[in-house]
Amino acid sequence: MQKRVIFPNKILPYALLAPQIAITVLFFFLPAGQAIWQSLLMQDAFGLRVEFVWFENFARILKDPNYLAAIKTTVVFSSAVTVLAMAPALLLALMADRQIRAADTFKTLIVWPYAVAPAVAAVLWLFMFHPSIGVVGQLLIQMGVKWNYALDGNQAMLLVILASAWKQVSYNFLFFLAGLQSIPKSILEAASIDGASARTRFWTVIFPLLSPTTFFLLVVNVVYAFFDTFGTIDALTKGGPGTSTVTLIYRVYVDGNNNLNFGASAAQSVILMAVVIALTAVQFRYIERKVHY
Amino acid sequence: MSTEAVGRTSTAGNWLAYAILTLGVVVFAFPIWMAFVGSTWDAATIGRGDLPLYPGDLFWENYAQAWSSGEGTRVRGTPVGVMMLNSLVMALAIALGKIAISILSAYAVVYFSFPGRMLAFWMIFVTLMLPVEVRIVPTYQVVVDLGLFDSYAGLIVPLIASATATLLFRQFFLTIPDELVEAAKIDGAGPLRFFWDVVLPLSRTNIAALFVILFIYGWNQYLWPMLITRSKGLETIVIGITKMIGTGDAQNDWNLIMATTILAMLPPVLVVVFMQRWFVKGLVDSEK
Repeated sequence: MQKRVIFPNKILPYALLAPQIAITVLFFFLPAGQAIWQSLLMQDAFGLRVEFVWFENFARILKDPNYLAAIKTTVVFSSAVTVLAMAPALLLALMADRQIRAADTFKTLIVWPYAVAPAVAAVLWLFMFHPSIGVVGQLLIQMGVKWNYALDGNQAMLLVILASAWKQVSYNFLFFLAGLQSIPKSILEAASIDGASARTRFWTVIFPLLSPTTFFLLVVNVVYAFFDTFGTIDALTKGGPGTSTVTLIYRVYVDGNNNLNFGASAAQSVILMAVVIALTAVQFRYIERKVHY
Repeated sequence: MSTEAVGRTSTAGNWLAYAILTLGVVVFAFPIWMAFVGSTWDAATIGRGDLPLYPGDLFWENYAQAWSSGEGTRVRGTPVGVMMLNSLVMALAIALGKIAISILSAYAVVYFSFPGRMLAFWMIFVTLMLPVEVRIVPTYQVVVDLGLFDSYAGLIVPLIASATATLLFRQFFLTIPDELVEAAKIDGAGPLRFFWDVVLPLSRTNIAALFVILFIYGWNQYLWPMLITRSKGLETIVIGITKMIGTGDAQNDWNLIMATTILAMLPPVLVVVFMQRWFVKGLVDSEK
């Protein structure tokens, strides 16, 4: 991880590192430490006294039915977003991998939604699915669906899922396409000569060889659904109606910012940090293994 | 041709491929098309639920109004011009700042040997695991304590540390042949000279690739600017749109909101489309 040939300076490397280390300490370690410390404290109702309570905040949260509901919402939301963002991406990548004309144009036209901000994606979908002014919303009502995502929790969930998945397909598409293009053509030829049909080739050759990409994308998409969709949810539903679209990350924000319940919010932050660290660790272990084979 | 044998070029299959890809493109483009259509009609037409599927003739009026005043009959917005400038400052500062501090720290870790080198590397590395959303509330407190609330510095600096960029540069530096350093040393060039004359020019493509990814990251920030800014003069465009929408009332000035939405998407989308080669490289490299 280091060069054989290096410079002998004693002070310079510290000067080069200083800006990044300073920012990292100030805005990563200090807040993370504070979150861990605060998660062990509890304020009384008037905010006058602070008490050290060990893991009481965690115990309270994990018993809170609202928090458990948020966990369930997050699991449903993340699984749906992951599947809906990955399956169409794989299909499109398989099609774009064929030797067709205008493949590059198609690629560009599929890739650009990546650049749209999550909150802006939410606005686009809101404008289409608005029950009284949206073109799709009105269509649904004409077809006899009682469509109003502002009142119906399941519809709100569906809309948040669609808007979140829509934005993420392009990312998955690029990685699937890169994965497909790295599969040696000779293997596919061999399968073809052995008389394997397109379907058989996909399930017995392409899909297994694509599994490192698929697994990597699985982790990335779950992380995306957990954290990056805050903007989508806030712009579309603000967690409503009721609490039907409150995910874990949305709850941290609501508790810390609106309810000013710092102990509970900090404990939730710590739990989420643990989740991210676990996901990252899984990803790195896996990538390490991928390098070996 | 060998690929023909695998059936990649069968005609029926290709028609299917075209059909599916076209469908995909339409599904991707439809929400944007409707936003564009909405931005070319008047608010009353949209409010009645009479928005057609084709553009109207108020393109210039709506965009000019959104750009210069941002105010309709219902919406009291910030002029889009101001918000675009804020977003641009934020995105550029985050992208360039991240690149600058990461390239320096990666250079230190790779080309020098000093006590605490591994500690520094790991300190940077673990930050990979803490996205801004997770540490939002405690970071907010730190920024308020430092007196950076509602300022450009508060908006930008906390988002500048980047493990991803540091790792990427480190990876790249390790592939630069040692002979170059030896030659530079023989020529009497010091570390800073070597950095400026050799390393920096060699890193050009990596910098471009990272720039595209980080510019989009910065432009699209939502939660952080929402928490850390209060004054209208600092509002970014992504925040501005959601404020204009409010509760999503049908009688909003949707024409102005949609014009703002289109303008908000334009810079990052143009960056992706015109820098596509670097964009794909940056995306794939930064996830390795």
